[in-house]
Amino acid sequence: MTEIATTPETQHRTSNRVQLALVGILLIGLVIAPFTLYPVFLMKVLCFALFASAFNLLLGFTGLLSFGHAAFFGGAAYFTAYAVKEWNFPPEAGILLGVVGASLMGLVIGFFAIRRQGIYFAMITLALSQMFFFFCLQAEFTRGEDGLQGVPRGHLLGFIDLSDPLNMYFFVLVVFIAGVFAVWRIVNSPFGMILRSIRENEDRAISLGYSVNLYKLAAFVMSAGLAGLAGGLKALVFQFATLTDVAWQMSGEVILMTLLGGIGTIFGPIFGGAFIVTVQNYLSTTGFPVTVLTGLIFIVCVLLFRRGVVGEFNASRLAKKLGLRSRS
Amino acid sequence: MFRTCPRRWARCKTLWGYDAVIMIFGIPIQAFLGQLLIGLINGSFYAVLSLGLAIIFGLLRVINFAHGAQYMMGAFVGFLLLSWFGVNYWLALLLAPVVVGITGIAIERFALRRLYNLDHLYGLLFTFGLALVIEGGFRYFYGTSGQPYETPKLLSGGVNLGFMYLPIYRGWVVVASLIVCIGTWLLIEKTKLGAYLRAATENPKLVQSFGINVPFLLTLTYGLGAGLAAFAGIMAAPIYQVSPLMGSNLIIVVFAIVVVGGMGSIMGAIVTGYMLGILEGLTKVFYPEASNIVIFVIMAIVLLVRPAGLFGRDV
Repeated sequence: MTEIATTPETQHRTSNRVQLALVGILLIGLVIAPFTLYPVFLMKVLCFALFASAFNLLLGFTGLLSFGHAAFFGGAAYFTAYAVKEWNFPPEAGILLGVVGASLMGLVIGFFAIRRQGIYFAMITLALSQMFFFFCLQAEFTRGEDGLQGVPRGHLLGFIDLSDPLNMYFFVLVVFIAGVFAVWRIVNSPFGMILRSIRENEDRAISLGYSVNLYKLAAFVMSAGLAGLAGGLKALVFQFATLTDVAWQMSGEVILMTLLGGIGTIFGPIFGGAFIVTVQNYLSTTGFPVTVLTGLIFIVCVLLFRRGVVGEFNASRLAKKLGLRSRS
Repeated sequence: MFRTCPRRWARCKTLWGYDAVIMIFGIPIQAFLGQLLIGLINGSFYAVLSLGLAIIFGLLRVINFAHGAQYMMGAFVGFLLLSWFGVNYWLALLLAPVVVGITGIAIERFALRRLYNLDHLYGLLFTFGLALVIEGGFRYFYGTSGQPYETPKLLSGGVNLGFMYLPIYRGWVVVASLIVCIGTWLLIEKTKLGAYLRAATENPKLVQSFGINVPFLLTLTYGLGAGLAAFAGIMAAPIYQVSPLMGSNLIIVVFAIVVVGGMGSIMGAIVTGYMLGILEGLTKVFYPEASNIVIFVIMAIVLLVRPAGLFGRDV
């Protein structure tokens, strides 16, 4: 998972070419998909894949396990839904408000959480997000148990009617690509390298003169903001925002998606998100309890393959043949 | 200071037959003491649960997310023993922790043990998955509605303390939890087994080289922690109903309590548990809207002032 790139230049180039090809195939698939599959389902997949990618920015590339990302996802869903429904914001402004709100929440929660490390960090983020859950349960603007319902999708930039499923799908797709690209860009920037150095050896990073806490907080806020982007989108896709989005189970779900797909890989969370959403979608028609399966996948991942599906693939022989191994 | 009864407390007039009620900060003393007692009872559960978490964390370095599920299992084992075999409360009080403790031992022996050499976060994730499986399974079979568990005859009824009515069972919960907490503390601080445990917490390799079976100690510790959670569960059964999700929100509050107390000392976990329970009860009197979040707010304040926790040693 954390191998250092020591491959020769030629292999590097093939690896880039193969990766580009894979991205191209994925993109073409996503453009064709809504014509064969149910768009709302696909949009749900994209929202959760973006959410997991945002989460992975923190866990995979900074080494911080947040157990409270539902607060940013669900919080942004509430902000967007409220702004669009009650203040008649256009969709893009509503989503922007959700992102800003989630980032501010990330600033506050991150400020407290980065004071401790490891397990404590996880517990603090969990506790603070639970606090936000109780706030949402009691606050007026969230409409309590009912949630905010009947949120209009509105017109994007004033002329694209988002109530049309295909328009909405391509809007979600564009935002998704932009979000994942942002994660990729952050991770592969000098800033991202410092984040990785914090993940690998925090003391060393401190002794090199980096203000580690500032970097951690910045990563936390970015991750929260991107999670907010996913949450705001989800509110528009489903046209409601409810307490399930801020509950701690949601925080657990996004961890699972990332873990299953592969912590610290770009494609892992996308795969994990798609897989979990598909399984949930399938199981909801049968009587089988979803939480049991979710828990079982968790246990299997932790005990047997901690690198996740994409992580295992990257470490496999096939990946080596394609020259992908150098990129982790 | 005597003041007339405000309208919201009009009921107390008929209950107590007073025209005037003793007030503390504008709150009738009955309400005040009543919430204090509820706080103390909640604190009893918090103390036993955070004690179990602290013991497990101290030795295994694992945050046991399944603690809430094990608490629920304790209540369910008691409930099922009663409805299937007619086992009474007192026997269940003994059997439920043993049964859940044994499942804990099995879990440690076959799964948790494999994760010790890895990042501690994997232990948290594993027990989280475990909690989902246990709670999801029970919910599948028993639904989300609560099952009533009758208070044992010996402890039903209540006494009039003059200023308030105390249900005997609730008094028993406070006493029993104190006994268990002090007992566990004595076990760890004053016995040979406890000395081994403490030594293994400080330096497992050294203790093992002295010929003490540390892996067995770890297994035993996880069983003990799970058993403590189950004990809290069976005690809670007559007060709250037995339901599959009874532990899932509670455990997060207990996590916050553990952060407040710090993981350094067993006594710290116990004291913080009672303290925050009472504080939560008092919040219900003065500002009910905040009673759900007061513990989390305190956690945030403690993190600002003393990041290691009130009783913690590590920074």
